[in-house]
Amino acid sequence: MAAIFQNPSPTIVPSREVDNTSDDPRYRQPLVTADNDLTSVTEIVGGCAERNPSRLWLVLFALAVPMCLAFFSLIGYLVLTGVGVWGNNQPVSWGFPIINFVFWVGIGHAGTLISAILFLFRQNWRCSINRFAEAMTIFAVCCAGIFPGIHVGRVWVAYWLFPYPNQMAMWPQFRSPLLWDVFAVSTYASVSFLFWYTGMVPDIATLRDRAKGKIQRFVYTFLALGWNGSARHWSRFEKTYLLLAALCTPLVLSVHSVVSFDFAIAQLPGWHTTIFPPYFVAGAIYGGFAMVLTLAIPCRALFGLKEIITMRHIQNCAKVMLGTGLLVMYAYAIEFFVAWYSGHHYEQAVFLNRPFGSNVFGFWLMFLCNCLGPQVLWFKWARNNLWVIMFAAMCVNVGMWFERYVITVTSLTRDFLPGSWDAFVPTWVDYAMFTCSFGLFFTLFLLFLKFLPVIAIAEVKTVMPQGHGFGAEGGHDDHADDHASADDAPSDPDTKEDA
Amino acid sequence: MSIATPPSPPPIVTKPASAPPASEPQPFAILGEYDNVTDVVHGAKAVRAAGYTKVDVHSPFPIHGMDDILGIKPTILPWLVLKMGLIGLTTGFILTMYTMSGFTDGVFRRPDGVEVYSENWWSFLWVNLEPYQYIISGKPLMGLPGYIPVMFELTIMFAAYTAVFAMFLLNRLPRHNHPVLKSERFRRATQDRFFVAIEAKDRRFDPDETAALLTDNRALHTELVYDDED
Repeated sequence: MAAIFQNPSPTIVPSREVDNTSDDPRYRQPLVTADNDLTSVTEIVGGCAERNPSRLWLVLFALAVPMCLAFFSLIGYLVLTGVGVWGNNQPVSWGFPIINFVFWVGIGHAGTLISAILFLFRQNWRCSINRFAEAMTIFAVCCAGIFPGIHVGRVWVAYWLFPYPNQMAMWPQFRSPLLWDVFAVSTYASVSFLFWYTGMVPDIATLRDRAKGKIQRFVYTFLALGWNGSARHWSRFEKTYLLLAALCTPLVLSVHSVVSFDFAIAQLPGWHTTIFPPYFVAGAIYGGFAMVLTLAIPCRALFGLKEIITMRHIQNCAKVMLGTGLLVMYAYAIEFFVAWYSGHHYEQAVFLNRPFGSNVFGFWLMFLCNCLGPQVLWFKWARNNLWVIMFAAMCVNVGMWFERYVITVTSLTRDFLPGSWDAFVPTWVDYAMFTCSFGLFFTLFLLFLKFLPVIAIAEVKTVMPQGHGFGAEGGHDDHADDHASADDAPSDPDTKEDA
Repeated sequence: MSIATPPSPPPIVTKPASAPPASEPQPFAILGEYDNVTDVVHGAKAVRAAGYTKVDVHSPFPIHGMDDILGIKPTILPWLVLKMGLIGLTTGFILTMYTMSGFTDGVFRRPDGVEVYSENWWSFLWVNLEPYQYIISGKPLMGLPGYIPVMFELTIMFAAYTAVFAMFLLNRLPRHNHPVLKSERFRRATQDRFFVAIEAKDRRFDPDETAALLTDNRALHTELVYDDED
């Protein structure tokens, strides 16, 4: 505990990579490595928000902001001109906008999985990555929500999507899966935001109490809502967190199920299948974990977080990605099997058309990126190499976009009647809008990295040995090893009495 | 020990001896500072054992077992969340069923007959809340399965919003003028220090004795914070 008395060093020590990936069952690996204590963890995370931005951050921000502005300019162009600037036309009236929507909303799912489902399963390693995974969720949902919003054509009456009494005696059609989407995505976006913000309040209070500048102090004070760490507040806070996790778990599963209903409720061959909800949820988590890795691996290096987001965290994410990838591959296989087994000519034609028909590029790229590329993670040497993990994650990022492309485009271009078949040709606006949506995402994400607590500081402290002073009491037996092993565990003579 | 003895009240003020003049800052609480969980748990237990009731512990993260030590009762929050969830479910049911069917599987008739625009002031209700009875793809007007996603999402939405907003309201937050926030040392309560706060309202509170109790029980430092709102 001596380290607590020392003044935290003002200079930033580059974080060290400590190998905590061994799975020796006799010894529980620490979740925060390198002898960090409460002071140093606060220092590391607080430092990210307090230091002047690094040169690399400025370069990335300077790249992201013009892309973000281009995105909104393109939206302006679209609104002023009409949706004809996209390649959407009969029979593919759902082109890039719906593909991008499903892609982005799927990415969000990993954040909620980490923050809610892993919380219910008491996976303590989630504490280091849940904050920025949740931020990723919210920013991805922002990007997702824009696409159907502008796809409605007349953006200025997009509020007709919501039920409100009006002089036209008109209500939204509650039997339509597109309307379910409105409810699912708006609930998901707002509840995810509340979950993120609520969890962040104690950490913003930490930043408030460390802030030196007047403006910082004012803003963090405003956002921290006067949090003072009272035991009574913590008691209710923890209950709220548990309730939110329990509510978000069915919510996140429902959101991508509802997104899949957009397709599955339609009669179109290739869409009208009952496997879609679980298939989409697995795919969403697959793609989302790929994005978590894509963001986490550079972040931990750039912000000196290697001791908090350890190699073990990265490997756990990689394993989840590998596992959900298997579910996705199983879904692909079952789709083909059921197409054959159903004896349904149109269904069979669509599934033959995907790998061998008119638009095979998307399918084989999807197969390569989703099914083959990430399999490298079966090998331990691959999971120990950040470049290989990054490669696998990038494969999945690309593959998951093409999965949605294949589902949307191949089915629509070849429906029942050959007379209504036509090719889908995206325009430059399609490509530019999708690319520039990353600008919006990264602008928001970089601002988050600079100004908000990147790591859930309070939560990380609870999984450190210093977080439980009085023995392995109260359901924390899983940390008994931490006590035995940590050098700076409290060695007070009265510890036993307290326990 | 840095407890300033309050100066004696000026003689001009005529007030009961028990109530000091309004300009005088009232002590709000005494804070005992600790630097690890073991000690703060020990301190909180000792303070509770000494009979203090208005005790709170401020820590950078939740300390498990603290609810029992301080005698914090379980919160009513889960019941509020359940109630609001059920209200959300009902809202979803009424919203979808009424607007899609008007609760009839056939023709809807308004209670006031055929007239839509009546003279009554409440007629806007019938104009604006007229159900939207259209048969789409041959689906029934009262097709409950199709309304379940909306009912489900509204349940979650109501319950989750309640969980968050009720938590902050029950915690009486936001509150930026809490007396403990005025202490400079207390700024580490959100970082790496732990504080036992004994309120001056406690019957056993005495600035010197209470501070001595905290110091005897491993407090590194004690501090009296004042409530200057009165």
